[in-house]
Amino acid sequence: MTIKRSKTLTDYVILLFLLLAMAMCLVPLLNTVAISFSDKVSAQGGRVFVWPVNFNLLAYGELLKDAQFFRSFMISVYRVALGGAINLVLTILTAYPLSKSPAQFPAKNKYMWFMVFLMLFNGGLVPTYVLISQLRLINSIWALVLPGALPIFSCIILMNYYKTIPASLEEAALIDGGGPWYILLRIYVPLSKPSIAVMALWAIVGHWNDFFSGLIYITSRENYPLQTYIHSLSVSVDWQNVSNMKGEDIARMLSVSNLTFSSAKVVISMIPILCVYPLLQRYFVTGIVMGAVKE
Amino acid sequence: MKIKHSSKPYHLMMMPGTLFLVVFNVIPIVGLVIAFQRYNPVAPFFGLASEFVGLKNFKTIFAMHPDSRQVIVNTLIIAVSKIVGSLVVPVVFALLLNECLRKGLKRLIQTVVYLPHFLSWVIVGAMFRQIFSATGIVNSLMQSLNVLTEPIMFMASNAWFRPIVIFTDIWKGFGYSAVVYIAAITAIDMNLYEAADIDGAGRWQKMGYITIPSIMPTIILMTTLALGNVLNAGSDQILNMYNPIVYQTGDILDTFVYRIGLVNLQFHLATAVGLTKSVISMLLIIASYKLADRFAGYRIF
Repeated sequence: MTIKRSKTLTDYVILLFLLLAMAMCLVPLLNTVAISFSDKVSAQGGRVFVWPVNFNLLAYGELLKDAQFFRSFMISVYRVALGGAINLVLTILTAYPLSKSPAQFPAKNKYMWFMVFLMLFNGGLVPTYVLISQLRLINSIWALVLPGALPIFSCIILMNYYKTIPASLEEAALIDGGGPWYILLRIYVPLSKPSIAVMALWAIVGHWNDFFSGLIYITSRENYPLQTYIHSLSVSVDWQNVSNMKGEDIARMLSVSNLTFSSAKVVISMIPILCVYPLLQRYFVTGIVMGAVKE
Repeated sequence: MKIKHSSKPYHLMMMPGTLFLVVFNVIPIVGLVIAFQRYNPVAPFFGLASEFVGLKNFKTIFAMHPDSRQVIVNTLIIAVSKIVGSLVVPVVFALLLNECLRKGLKRLIQTVVYLPHFLSWVIVGAMFRQIFSATGIVNSLMQSLNVLTEPIMFMASNAWFRPIVIFTDIWKGFGYSAVVYIAAITAIDMNLYEAADIDGAGRWQKMGYITIPSIMPTIILMTTLALGNVLNAGSDQILNMYNPIVYQTGDILDTFVYRIGLVNLQFHLATAVGLTKSVISMLLIIASYKLADRFAGYRIF
C-alpha cells in the first residue's frame, strides 16, 4: 500500500537541498572541464564557470605534444593491469583456505591472526622505503605493485563471501574426486563473480589513483605513473627552495601556471575512472554492504 | 559428511600471499629498529649494525623539534573534524534522499554524489586549488556579488586552509559514505511507516521515531570504526593541497614523516614518529573493533 499525498513546501525544500548537494558535486568537475576547453586569457582571468568561454581545443592540442603525459598514461595502464592481476590472483587464492573451518584447515587461525596483525600494524613509510631500496626496486614498476600485492581487507571480504557458498557443492565435487584446487577454480571462483568483480574494481581504482608510491619509489620522471606525473606538475615546487621564499613569491608561483593545459590533463586522467564508473556503481553497493553489514 | 583432506594444498595456496606479506610487511616491522638507532645508511640491511641510542630519537623529535607539537595539534584537529563531518553529513544526506520520492531523480542524484569518491586526490586537489585560487570561481563569484573587493588567497591562508581541507574531504566522501545508511534505510520494514501513517504521524515524526532509530546500529558502528582514524588526517589530500605557507596549520604527522624521512633523509627521526603513530593507531583500531563488537555486534571475521 502506498499513500499518495500532495507535495508540500517541505518536499520542495528537501528537493532543493538534494539538488544543491548534487550541484556542489558537479560544479568542480564541470569547472575543470570548462577551463580545459576555454581560451587561456579567460581561464586565467577567472571568467570561466561551468561552461567554456571561447571554446577551443588548444589545450588538448598542446597535450598531444606532451610525450611524457602519454608515457605516464601507458605506465599507469600497465600498472593497473599488472598490479590488478597480482592483487586478484593472490586474493582469490588466499581467501579460500581461510574460509575453511579450523577442523578442515588446522592452521587457519594462525594465518588469520598473522594477517589481522599486519592489517593493524605496519612498519610505516621509512622502513618500507629502505626495504624497497635495498631490494633494488627503486625506479621499477615492481615497487608500485609488489608492496601491496595482497590486499588483506579485500581478502577478508572475499573469505566471508566464500563462506556463504553451500558446503554441499564442495562435498559433491569431492565425491566426484575433485581436490581443493578443482573446487576453488571450478566452484568457488565462478560462484563468487560479484564479489571478485568488487575486488577487481577496488584494485583498478586503487592502482590508477595512487600517486604516493610513484612519488617516493620512482626517481626518474620518465617512469612516473600518470597521477604522480600530474602531481609533480601541479606541485612543481622545489620544497627546499620554497622555504626560503617569501609569501608573495609562492602565491605568484601557485597562480602562474598553464591553467587550460593542466586542466586538460586532469580531464584526460579522469576518463578511465569515468569508464569503469557504471560498473563500480553496479557492484560497489554490494561491496560496501558486504564489508559493513555482514551476516 | 565431514570433509577432510590433507591441508597441504591449503598451505600451498596460502604460500604466495604469505610470502609477499613476510617480505613487504614483516621485514619493515623489523626495520622499525631504525627508530632506536643512530641511522647509518651505509650499514648493511636496515643498518642493524648501527649504534643503539635508545629513546634519543624520540626525544629529539618530540621534545626538541620546533614543529612536532604543532603537527600533532594539526593532525588531531583535521582528523577529528573530518570524522565528525563524515558521520553527520552522510546521515543527513541519506535521510533527505529517503524523502525524495521520484525514483529517477533519486538515482541521478546518487550517481552524481558517489563519483568524487573514486577520483584521486591529485585530481580533486588540482580542482579545488583552482576553485579557491585568486581567479577561481569562489573569488570571482564573491567579487561579482561585491562581497569582496580583493581576492582572498585561500590556499595560502592559515585561517582558511583547515576549513578547506575538511570541506573538500567531506565533499569527496559524503555520497559514498551515505551508501551504508541508504542500504540500512532500504532494509526498514515498510509496515512500520504504514502503521505510523494510520496513526497520523507526520514526516519528521516518522523520521525521528522510525528511520533514525532503525539506522542507529549502523550509525554506532560507523562511529566506532571511525575511531581508528584519529591520527589519519589524510596525507594524500594534504600533499596535493598544501604549500609551505600553510605548514603551520596544515602539516600533519604523515606529511611530517614524509618530509623529515624522504625529503630531508633523517630516517631515524622519521621512523620514530612513524612508530609512535603506528602503535597509537593500532591501539585505537583495536579499541574501535572492541567497541563495534560490543555495541553493534560487528566482527570483521
